[in-house]
Amino acid sequence: MTGTVPRRLAVVLVVLLVALALFPLWGKAVFAAKYAFLLQKLTGIMIVAIMAMSLDLLVGVAGLVSLGHAAFFGLGGYMLALNSPQYEAANLWLVLPQTLAAVAVAALVVGFLSIRTSGIYFIMVTLAFGQMGFYFFNDSKLAGGSDGAYIYVKPKVEAFGAILVDLDHKLSFFYVVLGVLVGVYALLRVLLASPFGRVVGAIGINENRVQGLGFNPMAYKLVAFTIAGTVAGLAGFLAATQYGFVSPAMLSWHHSGDVLVMVILGGMGTLFGPVLGAFILELARYGLEAVTDHWLLPMGAMVIAIVLLLPKGVAGLLLQWCRKREGSDD
Amino acid sequence: MMLEANGIHTFYGAAQVLHGVDFRVGKGETVALMGRNGMGKSTLVKSLLGIVRPRQGTVRVGGHDVGALDTHAIIRRGIAYVPEGRGMFHNLTVREHLVMAARPGAGGRADWSYDRVLRTFPRLAERLDNLGTHLSGGEQQMLAIGRALMTNPDLLILDEATEGLAPLVRREIWRVIRAIKETGIASIIVDKNVGVLLDLADRNIILVKGKVVYDGGPDTLKAQPEILERHIGL
Repeated sequence: MTGTVPRRLAVVLVVLLVALALFPLWGKAVFAAKYAFLLQKLTGIMIVAIMAMSLDLLVGVAGLVSLGHAAFFGLGGYMLALNSPQYEAANLWLVLPQTLAAVAVAALVVGFLSIRTSGIYFIMVTLAFGQMGFYFFNDSKLAGGSDGAYIYVKPKVEAFGAILVDLDHKLSFFYVVLGVLVGVYALLRVLLASPFGRVVGAIGINENRVQGLGFNPMAYKLVAFTIAGTVAGLAGFLAATQYGFVSPAMLSWHHSGDVLVMVILGGMGTLFGPVLGAFILELARYGLEAVTDHWLLPMGAMVIAIVLLLPKGVAGLLLQWCRKREGSDD
Repeated sequence: MMLEANGIHTFYGAAQVLHGVDFRVGKGETVALMGRNGMGKSTLVKSLLGIVRPRQGTVRVGGHDVGALDTHAIIRRGIAYVPEGRGMFHNLTVREHLVMAARPGAGGRADWSYDRVLRTFPRLAERLDNLGTHLSGGEQQMLAIGRALMTNPDLLILDEATEGLAPLVRREIWRVIRAIKETGIASIIVDKNVGVLLDLADRNIILVKGKVVYDGGPDTLKAQPEILERHIGL
């Protein structure tokens, strides 16, 4: 069920979250010289996790497997690049709403044209839109073409002349992204628990039955698609802010595929599963890269093993563990 | 007239299932749709709701032609549909099934509240946090009917509501259907339990090979049991 997380599991997730939030305290002692790099790495993983949650709304909840989701992520990044003055900081209070509005409109249009299809056709249509976005930025002079573009000065977050947060400061940005991660999770959790979320979840199970109850599945799917695209755009905005660079690769179908794997391995339709999937996959990649140049081989084996052994992903395993514990408590 | 269909011809691919069926339900009327298996009863219901599109014929709900409307838009005109198989969602609890479906009926009418549905089906009140698919067959049927009532319909369509249920549970379902009838909600009931349908329905329609062979009151059927024997085999 998408609406609730068992209490025992919630405790585990909160412990993991607290450990992540306290990384700046214990990370320095444990990782010493690598601390700064890992702080950035974890920030990047949290951003991907935000995107994975947004894709989970489509794949795990509404039953819409999209291979074009990275287009919205990339668009979010490009909106920041295009709206940032070259040698001055953009005003976050202006550029963030502009970005989210532009991505929402793009998602609305793409969604309107895509959700009329289903199954393999939906995958193909979203893939096509994603690739259109990729080649648009790759082949045009806009924002550097295939070379991408730099954001030399990060957006400023000011209120009444005072700087609230310095996004250029790695630790501050880490906590900003952590806050966004928690905020997006909470928002999506509330959304899924609402009547709207229940209908979207029911559509993912059986669209015809939902129609038989008098709900228009197209309208619900379109709203879900737009919300998911907008959240992915927010993640793209954060990624562009972190790295100070955007490139067409942000929109590529490979990126959509990577995040889809995180959603599937983490556990579809659970929201927290894709977050775990993002951490497991990205940290495994980092670890394996350090060990061998042929890291893709063990990585592939790991993905196959998880899919075979945990058909409901890591989240499914955790939920099963909770049920067993609850059973033994009774 | 609550619902009226004329000259319905429905096909599955090249196979014609309904051959020019005329059908109507008046306000507050209970119509029993009878016939052997495979005679087109469920197909007629699906044709009325646009789930299967008739190739010919018109369907009117409340006097409006709904032939061009999608199923959800037809349903929104005051119809609640309890499909064969009950249509539970395995990711929703009993409470979520009921809350999700809740909406006012025509003119803002909200006779059927969450509390009233739970009073009607006390067993559901005991299982609010259970997933819909974790209920017994009878409880699932109660939930399907309760969910339909939460939409405050003018017309309730029940397709094989008592199929596969234990006699005691079946009796409970029929009791509720009678109670619903007394509230003035029109209904179309597809069921094989002819004895109950003759007592309950205001009008009986018998379908044979996609054609209406009988459309009349239950008194005639009771007086002339040979009609039932010929068309239903009783």
